[in-house]
Amino acid sequence: MDFEFSNEQKLLGESVRRFVARDYTFEARSRILASPSGMSDAAWQAFADLGLLAIALPEDVDGFGGGAVDLLSTMEAIGEALVLEPFLPTVGLGAQLVVRAGNAAQKREILPAVAAGTRKLAFAFTESGSRYDLAHVELQARREGDHYRLDGAKRVVLGGAVAHTFIVCARTAGEAAGRDGISLFVVDHAQHGMARTDYRNLDGTVACDLRFEAALVPAGALLGAPGAALPAIEACIDFATALVCAEAVGAMKFANETTLEYLKTRKQFGVPIGSFQALQHRMVDMVIAQEQSRSMASLACVRVDSENDPVERARAVSAAKIKIADSCRLISQESVQLHGGMGMTEELKVSHTFRRLTMIAQQFGDADHHLERYASAGHQARGR
Amino acid sequence: MDLNYSPDEITFRDTVRAWLGENLPAELREKIVAYDHFTRDELLAWHHILARKGWIAPAWPREWGGNNWGPVQRYIFEEECGYAGAPPLVPFGLAMCGPVLIRFGTAQQKAHFLPRIYNGDDFWCQGYSEPGSGSDLASLKTRAVRSGDHYVVTGQKTWTTLAHYADWIFCLVRTGEADQKKQDGISFLLIDMKTPGITVRPLVLMDGGHEVNEVFFDEVKVPTANRVHDEGAGWTVAKFLLSHERMNTARIGTSRRELERLKEFAARQRKNGRPLIEDPRFRDKLTRLEVELTALSITNLRFLDQLRGGRVPGAEISMLKIRGTEIQQMLTELMMQAAGPLAQPLAPLGEAVDFDLFTAGLAPRYANFRKTSIYAGSNEIQRNIIAKMSLGL
Repeated sequence: MDFEFSNEQKLLGESVRRFVARDYTFEARSRILASPSGMSDAAWQAFADLGLLAIALPEDVDGFGGGAVDLLSTMEAIGEALVLEPFLPTVGLGAQLVVRAGNAAQKREILPAVAAGTRKLAFAFTESGSRYDLAHVELQARREGDHYRLDGAKRVVLGGAVAHTFIVCARTAGEAAGRDGISLFVVDHAQHGMARTDYRNLDGTVACDLRFEAALVPAGALLGAPGAALPAIEACIDFATALVCAEAVGAMKFANETTLEYLKTRKQFGVPIGSFQALQHRMVDMVIAQEQSRSMASLACVRVDSENDPVERARAVSAAKIKIADSCRLISQESVQLHGGMGMTEELKVSHTFRRLTMIAQQFGDADHHLERYASAGHQARGR
Repeated sequence: MDLNYSPDEITFRDTVRAWLGENLPAELREKIVAYDHFTRDELLAWHHILARKGWIAPAWPREWGGNNWGPVQRYIFEEECGYAGAPPLVPFGLAMCGPVLIRFGTAQQKAHFLPRIYNGDDFWCQGYSEPGSGSDLASLKTRAVRSGDHYVVTGQKTWTTLAHYADWIFCLVRTGEADQKKQDGISFLLIDMKTPGITVRPLVLMDGGHEVNEVFFDEVKVPTANRVHDEGAGWTVAKFLLSHERMNTARIGTSRRELERLKEFAARQRKNGRPLIEDPRFRDKLTRLEVELTALSITNLRFLDQLRGGRVPGAEISMLKIRGTEIQQMLTELMMQAAGPLAQPLAPLGEAVDFDLFTAGLAPRYANFRKTSIYAGSNEIQRNIIAKMSLGL
């Protein structure tokens, strides 16, 4: 039993924290948010220079061969600073799919560019009718000679507005919710027959909707075996869920620290409002929720790295996401409430943290979704 | 990062588990399973078994019988005992008076009392709370007036757990003047329960059980040799002791066992012709509870890991108490809910050959467990502690 980070992980964590403290302050973030692209190329290049984009890539494609645990402190720093850049879509989703499902040539083509910071990725999996069901894929991919023809639509593709390359899941066989018949395709952002609607999300990150009409992609764009992509997709989403849990812990940390500071400095009736027991106890419950969330984020990251049984992995990740979703809700709502009217304003960072925590609570499945998934993975107690 | 026990710790756990399997008497375990109350002799029987094994007071210094277990080993031991269904160890001697004597006692006090506590020769209880002094402990009024080589103690203690079994009581009493700061005039006395002038009156709780009492002192003579630490230094002793009282309140092993029982029980109950455990509304509550327990157990391990690294536990202990007791309460509540309408019967009137005693015990147990968020520093007091010690509010 050891909850400490390794020296390498500590050094990495320190360098990320130093970077965001200096170059990703709330003021800097506000400028990025107000810029036309809503992204900072300089920040992305800095991520590449720090090696953050390569942490979880295999060593033979310029990566460090790490996993979710190695990304923990990075994700926490991203959550604390409310980083807008598509780190999770590129590192947690797109690159992981290529690592898990891609052939050698695809890995060589895509992953070193990801590590270098010259290629951003996005994973298009959500559809209008899919909710959080990863097997629900209606977008059709039909073989036509040495091409596949894509028809259908994807929704809320995280990071999609700035992605160079999309990984798109499509149905090559079977019914809409069938586990078999799902395939992955590597699709360029300029793909003919693919229309993109870009937008900003509530939390300031960008995304897009995609519409495919007779979009012909070469058969070589297939990522992994046709019709058998679901296990890799599930593993990848679990990986990204573990990462977003760690990100949430960072955002909770900020929300709690800034709320505590406010309780100590804001005076009413001649005393700091933090002297009121009604507020103290609520602050304590927020801190407890953060500690419990930190425990569960660690559990999720360790399990996605080391658990080979997909059922046990799913249970651990869903357990973490349940706790984190509940805590996101508690801490976001309470941090605004304890700030009073100031918490509602654009100018205070806590309102932006509220927005990110609110989105994280639902990302990759809300608490209800994960309650069902956890239960359907069996209620038998894990071996002690 | 590694969430698993080390090979040494696993070996230790397996040793404890195997020993418990062979040495925990079946009749004691069955009482736990039946949610039954323990008699004085039954509590002491388990104490004696552990004392003979040398595992009764692991946290004590070696010269008094401790065995140098680190925090992780102590935690493993407690969790295994809880999971195996061992009777609770009464903390008043082992975890409270003992550590107080080790820290503040005279050589004679240590030599006399510590071996007797270790061996379970004396049954101890705790004289802290008074009718007017609950969370505000320092406002206590029981007086001890010095008269030569003894004190004369007059007053009342309440919520005194197992006083009806006890040979000795340790008490906080007021020895100072009325104009002193309330924390300053308090002393810590050890009082023989057989001393004339002591009356114990049961306080029956809403589940019908007798575990707490009122203890009345009417001019009870206590030798000054039975005062621990200086006159007026009782509050220092009390604060030291409170930090010990709060050490093992997460009760994760016990809650794990209860969660498994809840699942088995809920799997046997039917709703709409299906096992209750498959009902989404019930299942979601059960899942949230299991997640909460998982989170608490990892948080507990994280704190232990810090403890092992030399950090002194502070407000974290309060966090474990709050969440641990909330989980214990939720377990009893869901157990009662799982029984549905059958949770209503309490006790047979006269001879009843076919009365379901187990199900009848679930609602009283739910009622009884409301105590957990009140005792040992109410959960509101625990939040005050965190707010003050850890958040600086």
